[in-house]
Amino acid sequence: MSLESFAKDLEKIVGPENVLSNESDRHAYSYDSAVLEPKMPAMAVLPKRTEQLSDIIALCSRAGMPITVRGSGTNLSGGTVPDSEESVVIVTQALNNILEINEEDMYAVVEPGVVTAYFANEVAKRGLFYPPDPGSQAVSTLGGNIAENAGGLRGLKYGVTKDYLMGVEFFDASGALIKGGSRTVKCVTGYNLPGLICASEGTLGIISKAILKLIPPPKASRAMMAVFNGIDAAASSVAGIIAAHILPCTLEIMDSVTISLVEECEHIGLPKNAGAILLIELDGHPAQVAEDSETVESVLRKNGASEVAVAKNEQDKDKIWEARRKSLPALARSRPTIVLEDATVPRSKIPAMVSTIGEIAKKYDLLIGTFGHAGDGNLHPSILCDKRNSDEFRRVELAIDELFTRTVEMGGTLSGEHGIGTAKAKWLKMETNAATISFSKKLRRALDPKGLFNPTKITGTAI
Amino acid sequence: MTKIGELARAMREFDDRIIKCMRCGTCQSVCPVFTETHSEADVARGKLFLLSKLSEEMLKDPKLAREKLDRCLLCGSCQAACPSGVNTMAIFLEARALNARYMGLSPIKRLIFRGLLSHPRLFDFLSALSAPFRPVFMRPQKNAARTAKAPLLDILAGERRIPQMPRKTFSAEFGRIDLPPGKSGLKVLFFPGCMGDKVYTNVTKACVKIFKHHGVGVCIPASMACCGIPALASGDRDAFQKMAHLNIEIFKREKYDYIVTACASCTETIKEMWPKYAESDDDKKYAAMAAAKALDISEFIVDVLKVRNGPALKKASERVTYHDSCHLKKSLGVSAQPRVLIRMNAACELVEMPESDKCCGCGGSFTLTHYEISKQIGKRKRDNIVSVSPDVVAAGCPACMMQISNMLALNNDDIKVKHVAEIYADSLVEAVQ
Repeated sequence: MSLESFAKDLEKIVGPENVLSNESDRHAYSYDSAVLEPKMPAMAVLPKRTEQLSDIIALCSRAGMPITVRGSGTNLSGGTVPDSEESVVIVTQALNNILEINEEDMYAVVEPGVVTAYFANEVAKRGLFYPPDPGSQAVSTLGGNIAENAGGLRGLKYGVTKDYLMGVEFFDASGALIKGGSRTVKCVTGYNLPGLICASEGTLGIISKAILKLIPPPKASRAMMAVFNGIDAAASSVAGIIAAHILPCTLEIMDSVTISLVEECEHIGLPKNAGAILLIELDGHPAQVAEDSETVESVLRKNGASEVAVAKNEQDKDKIWEARRKSLPALARSRPTIVLEDATVPRSKIPAMVSTIGEIAKKYDLLIGTFGHAGDGNLHPSILCDKRNSDEFRRVELAIDELFTRTVEMGGTLSGEHGIGTAKAKWLKMETNAATISFSKKLRRALDPKGLFNPTKITGTAI
Repeated sequence: MTKIGELARAMREFDDRIIKCMRCGTCQSVCPVFTETHSEADVARGKLFLLSKLSEEMLKDPKLAREKLDRCLLCGSCQAACPSGVNTMAIFLEARALNARYMGLSPIKRLIFRGLLSHPRLFDFLSALSAPFRPVFMRPQKNAARTAKAPLLDILAGERRIPQMPRKTFSAEFGRIDLPPGKSGLKVLFFPGCMGDKVYTNVTKACVKIFKHHGVGVCIPASMACCGIPALASGDRDAFQKMAHLNIEIFKREKYDYIVTACASCTETIKEMWPKYAESDDDKKYAAMAAAKALDISEFIVDVLKVRNGPALKKASERVTYHDSCHLKKSLGVSAQPRVLIRMNAACELVEMPESDKCCGCGGSFTLTHYEISKQIGKRKRDNIVSVSPDVVAAGCPACMMQISNMLALNNDDIKVKHVAEIYADSLVEAVQ
């Protein structure tokens, strides 16, 4: 089948205006948020109804055309970069209906293209709470969140996307509709297909509908900021808070590089010489929040916090979180390229991880700012560089290689929340083993015999 | 070297600024065009990527890329939201200038920018000449938005409702205005802009009334040119520079404490664009000085005159909702002052619409070149307005007023469209001259 006749058939399914195949459009779907070489697809298709997904997949299957599914293209591991110029990008952004928000049974049914923050806001309007809040939530889609098992700031207490996925409908490689999970809290009907699809990065099926768990929102919350001279004191405070059996809803850390860049850039009154800052938010019943916040404050002081500020009102709270909100922008503005990693270690290894990052920065002569989710061990070492400088970028690649090696040595994982995609595929064996990759490939071959679903992602081509 | 090669080389100057885009996609959440089309090439991230490919000479068909670049309202929403601080407005404006230089300008735009807008006397003359023929072209409607049908125009520019035109332009009716300062001791140079002079003369009259009421001297010189933004937005740097120069020469002859406009786009152009893109060093130097004195009318009243309270309270009889013009809020940071003005009119109750700062979809000549998308964006604005059932929708920019009137009229909505200066002026007793 020629590309032209393939495009014509695609147009018959979605209408000519929803098949984008000119040069400029192909470029526009050649990248995502990962710092990787772009790859143009043959065309992009924007279905307007979820049923069209089935026909599109069946057509691609007949034509042997590889498929990359893309939500908003905010992926940080290259999962939405096309595999080859002979492939199709299916864009789910127009499949953006919230089909149901059930207040009585506390769940919602959504199409894959619904934007995360929009959804959370609609849920909040009905007095309920959808906790997963990835950094890209203003644009990311729920389908993408599921395909990547997206996390966010609230991971420590509330978990991540997989903890809210009750059910899923998806199309398999032949275009057949598969249903897994249910609207019920308990469901052991067959395999845990939602669990299989979650974090599958578009390699096992194409999500058309999801049932998401909602919970009652906390009645009260309190934010505080603690300043430390050194990172170790901040890390031992984190351990101390958990040891006191308190689970803050967010427990974020900023290292000295991040603090000074934020302050230089934004002048919001952060102590420029601080070694680390912890940003903490507690939520729950008002009485418990009050009690926990006293405990946390004393843990912080006992562990050597030089300053502890507790928000008295919404305005204070907003000011405290401003430091965290400005972290990524401040880092991004400091150099032309930012390589944002998400290597994750067991919580107790955070001091070791931070000093490892410092050693690596020194060894490869790079500027690395680190911030992230201290409470769950998911840090974001951000390498600030210029990808056009080939010598510098070679050092960046060496630094990443060493970072992952050391992470795995500490019992950590390559990716806390960004996924493997193509960016981290080469280290997968280091964390798992050859048999695991072979098992994964067999799984892929069984479900996708022609190897058309995002073929080069995670395990590399299985066929 | 080929033209494309030259274009690519010129584009390379952008490289340092484009590389700052970390492709996070945040612009998707604010871009009015993308909201309607869901097409990646319509959002700043896509456009910046295309520009980088253009500079790498990776595009076989730069005309296509140009078409994509033109699908932009220059509303500045992406720049205001960008975490990496990419200066998208300047990049897109400059890219359009390069495109126009290497690929040419459309004949109609060339005629308008170089023939009409750069020759204020000719523009005035033609406006006066055409006035008696208006009834032939325009059929005024009896609606709250005070629009007219223009069947002949519909053929050229798609079915649309245009503002009812005044019998005479402001400058034809009043000529040069020069009133000395009163009790405030201040004198302003008022720049009505094309719309304030030729279409919304009531807005200009309202501003003069406000100045008189507060004892502010006002000068409105004759024969001012367009501020230049339509030409600049289309990449016609030469015509823009000519218009800026004509105005600067006129401004130089006047004595004033502030330059005030009632048009968000004019204010932004005078403040931001003249100093950056004027032709000669002399013009740039004067423009920088003028920029420091340029203010939106609501800023002038609230921040300079410190007017805070309106006349004695009476029961509010009109529900007024306010639309934040992009160039006013996102470019100039003016959003509180217009609301203060509305609240100062005791007859008005301010009700906020959802997404008040989402673009109306006008985008200057965008509405002419991309009417279908412009209407889709405008429909969303219209729906947001209607959702709070107002009697009046107010704005601080005549271009937004025109777009909103069109959308309301096409939907037969019974809602008036006013400038915030008109609302405030309505509350003032006419000053004794």
